[in-house]
Amino acid sequence: MGTSILEARTIRKQFHDPVTVDVLKDVSLVVSRGEFVSLVGRSGCGKSTLLYVLSTMDTDYTGDVLIDGTPMRGLTESQLAKVRSEKIGFVFQFHYLLNDFSVVKNVMLPALKLGAYSEEEIHLRAMQKLAILGMEDKAKKSANQLSGGEKQRVAIARALINDPVIIMGDEPTGNLDKQNADTVFGIFKKLSTDFQQTLLIVTHDPEFASKTDRVIEMEDGQIVGG
Amino acid sequence: MKKIVLIEIAATMLRARLRQTIVAAVGVTFGVAMFVTLLGFMNGLNEMLDGLITNRTPHVRLYNEIEPNPIQPLSLVPDYTGAYNFLSSIKPVSGRKAIYNVNQILLTIDADKDVRGYAPKITTPVIITDGPVELTGVMYGVDVEAELRLFLFSDYLVAGEPMDLKTVANSVVLGKPLAEKLFVKIGDVVQIATAQGDRFQLRVVGLYQSGLADLDKTLCYASLSTVQKILGQSASYITDVNIKLHDIKRAPEKSAWYRELFGASAEDIQTANAQFETGSSVRTLISYAVGITLLVVAGFGIYNILNMMIYEKMDAIAILKATGFSGNDVKSIFIIISLSIGIVGCLAGLAAGFLLSSVIDNLPFNTSALPTITTFPVSYNPAYYAIATTFSIITTYAAGWLPARKASKIDPVLIIRGR
Repeated sequence: MGTSILEARTIRKQFHDPVTVDVLKDVSLVVSRGEFVSLVGRSGCGKSTLLYVLSTMDTDYTGDVLIDGTPMRGLTESQLAKVRSEKIGFVFQFHYLLNDFSVVKNVMLPALKLGAYSEEEIHLRAMQKLAILGMEDKAKKSANQLSGGEKQRVAIARALINDPVIIMGDEPTGNLDKQNADTVFGIFKKLSTDFQQTLLIVTHDPEFASKTDRVIEMEDGQIVGG
Repeated sequence: MKKIVLIEIAATMLRARLRQTIVAAVGVTFGVAMFVTLLGFMNGLNEMLDGLITNRTPHVRLYNEIEPNPIQPLSLVPDYTGAYNFLSSIKPVSGRKAIYNVNQILLTIDADKDVRGYAPKITTPVIITDGPVELTGVMYGVDVEAELRLFLFSDYLVAGEPMDLKTVANSVVLGKPLAEKLFVKIGDVVQIATAQGDRFQLRVVGLYQSGLADLDKTLCYASLSTVQKILGQSASYITDVNIKLHDIKRAPEKSAWYRELFGASAEDIQTANAQFETGSSVRTLISYAVGITLLVVAGFGIYNILNMMIYEKMDAIAILKATGFSGNDVKSIFIIISLSIGIVGCLAGLAAGFLLSSVIDNLPFNTSALPTITTFPVSYNPAYYAIATTFSIITTYAAGWLPARKASKIDPVLIIRGR
């Protein structure tokens, strides 16, 4: 066990519409550096909700979230945006690439926003990330000229651009066919083994989950295993 | 660095929706162009109409009013002082029209720093005879140089050289309709008779057209010395002193001061022409109202297009926020979009407005009232361009602000999970 990258302490969250429902009931978990964790559970068990709480995008909860040892409670909206920018890389079910930009620009945007490097360096780094994913030859294409699997790989490159401490994925293979899903899993595995990248992936695919280092199982707003 | 990426994103979004962007910008262009043109045209017209009055009207006119003495002998009788005396049929004691002590007055006015210039003048009725025809006229004895400098004498002189009036002995400038009635042209001689019956031969050296036909039918100009000679008066015989001030607004105050100082009658331009300022200000007000309305309408266009863009780009906004762009960044992007539409539209509008103004400026516009005007008057006052710029930027900013705020408040979780 390495140092803790992501820690949740007694997270509790309710939905109020149409009736008050406890979605998360005192959820606590710790993700350590270098772990490849999958979060599984049936539809509606609260796994995605938990992910968005952990990702700092959802702030309507009680309890504490610590990312890289820093508590997230009490940070302003723009401070949280900075945390997301620096420490978290996202991969969603849908790729969410910006169609008006080229592939490489899509990858570069979060880094340009963070502004830690010059534009030339960012371009170079974006090309490196695309190379990891075998997408460097598509860099100049427009995002909407790619296939679904390719788009998802670009989305992963985008998640990697700021060297995040953790990559979070919400059903990243959910929209892909078997072959592309395997490719994407292979990439995650490679990131985990070759680059010691910490990953927390929500999935309902048992095969995907079984191949990860650690499986956290959720049921009815609580962690039941892992 | 961070700002540049926001501008880049804004630019890409604009390019992706080029047609709507252009339509929005054209709305602003139209508004600005119309604003500038309308105000330029309206104010050109105002300045011209005001000029009709202010060019030829002195700011303050000094003269000697013929009126009965306010202190009648009866009031000086000790028995009746303090009593309320009723007197009827009082007559002025003398018919003197000349201003008393005029040389001293001219020296004082000359030294006054508020005065831009002054023109001494003599007004006298004459009869112009042409064979058996006798026409009544009004003869003005003028200081030609002062008239040229202060009252744009040459602008209204439709034929002849103004300085001839001074240099040619016994010369006269006639109103154009008067000359036509007398069948005289430049170089001809007309005979003038004064009220006292003295007759003089004067050579016509120019024709004058003020634009007021009734005035032009009776009008003769001659130099001061010519008129003094005709009237058999000395060089100190002056009936009016027309004064132009640096600041026209101070005319009532100065006129009251001169009245007191010189004991002569004094009339200011505001009293003499009270109606003209009202007309100008109402016209200006109307053009501002129309111009600003156009810009506000353009603002609504931008508002609509941005709103549409936000609905379309909901995903993009969500992902930008998920990858570390804050609400303020998103807001800046949309404000940048709105302002660039505004600025580009405004610049094009200024250019279009200028072009349209020059087109109007070159349209022929002939009126007998204004001999010097051949095209429509247009004002190119930079102030209108500045006002149009300011207003267009304010309206586009305001139009962008609401949609931008809405975009900044978009919750990425809702969008991303809603898929």
